[in-house]
Amino acid sequence: MMRFLLPLVAFIVLVVFLLIGLNLNPRQVPSPLIGKPAPDFQLQQLHDSDKTLTSKENLGKVWLLNVWASWCVSCREEHPLLVQLARSGIVPVYGLNYKDERDLALQWLKQFGDPYTVSIRDPEGRTGIDYGVYGVPETYVIDKNGVIRYKQIGPVTVESLETKILPLVKELQG
Amino acid sequence: MSLSPFFGALVSCCGQQRAGLEERFFSVKIFALLLALMLVLPSSWAKEAALIAEDPEIERRMIHLSEDLRCLVCQNESLAGSRADFANDLRREIREQMKDNKSDKEIIDFMVARYGDFVLYRPPVKATTILLWFGPFVFLAAGAILLLFYLKRRRRQIEDPALSEKQRQQAEALLKDGKGNNA
Repeated sequence: MMRFLLPLVAFIVLVVFLLIGLNLNPRQVPSPLIGKPAPDFQLQQLHDSDKTLTSKENLGKVWLLNVWASWCVSCREEHPLLVQLARSGIVPVYGLNYKDERDLALQWLKQFGDPYTVSIRDPEGRTGIDYGVYGVPETYVIDKNGVIRYKQIGPVTVESLETKILPLVKELQG
Repeated sequence: MSLSPFFGALVSCCGQQRAGLEERFFSVKIFALLLALMLVLPSSWAKEAALIAEDPEIERRMIHLSEDLRCLVCQNESLAGSRADFANDLRREIREQMKDNKSDKEIIDFMVARYGDFVLYRPPVKATTILLWFGPFVFLAAGAILLLFYLKRRRRQIEDPALSEKQRQQAEALLKDGKGNNA
């Protein structure tokens, strides 16, 4: 009896471990920045190069920071959702144009619609490093105290909006 | 970069198709010319491999440090080995911080604060990584114990069988005359 039971138990344990491993997504690296103050920035605005935006200006409201680029293919995927979200007026979306060229970025927004309250530029990706960006698009939910509460790695989907982002925004605004 | 060998092969192949001797001689000349170009050109084209390091000491330190850091875009590569744009940016960041006289530990803390323990190829020992660090030793110990039990059991199984009196006499007889007696 033991002869068969032991290998069987070992096999089942192995299968369970492998199943867990298969269901983990190695691309979803948990960000250590969640629950920490959003890193400060002062960046040039995309539309008006004479103006800047600092992260401090958004203190007191809940906002989303969407990291995007015109060279990023999955940004197109999520873009209609962002446009819709901005139109609903539930939460302001700020765009961080990451490692992009100004002309291409402006043209892209003209083509696909501009959901951003303000767009800022990070041509060398330095603010991106501060925010731990490694896979564009990424979207951060930042609360009234300027603390990062959630990070979406990869495109925003209907599912992630409905189950995570919008409930969280409502809770933080309340 | 290496288009010239391609053209070289193309020309020599066309040359063989032509019948005339002079023509072939001509193509051999072209071939020789292209061969010479092939030898010369790559070295002048290889500008992408130009040394970016102004300070070799910092470059050495940077590469040493970034070998232990993971590139998050191409996760099985180190920051030192990856050609991803992301890795390039982080190498630039490390270089700049080294120029600012930051210690290796400060730079690693900077990376961990932004990207988490996942950037480290050698994660620190803490509650969530205990299994990772000591799991293999647990398996080793379990394997050793199993082996021990198995060997003990086997030793019991192959104990020398006792010989009866008749068998012993037979064996002695065999040993004495050195010849087989198959009875």
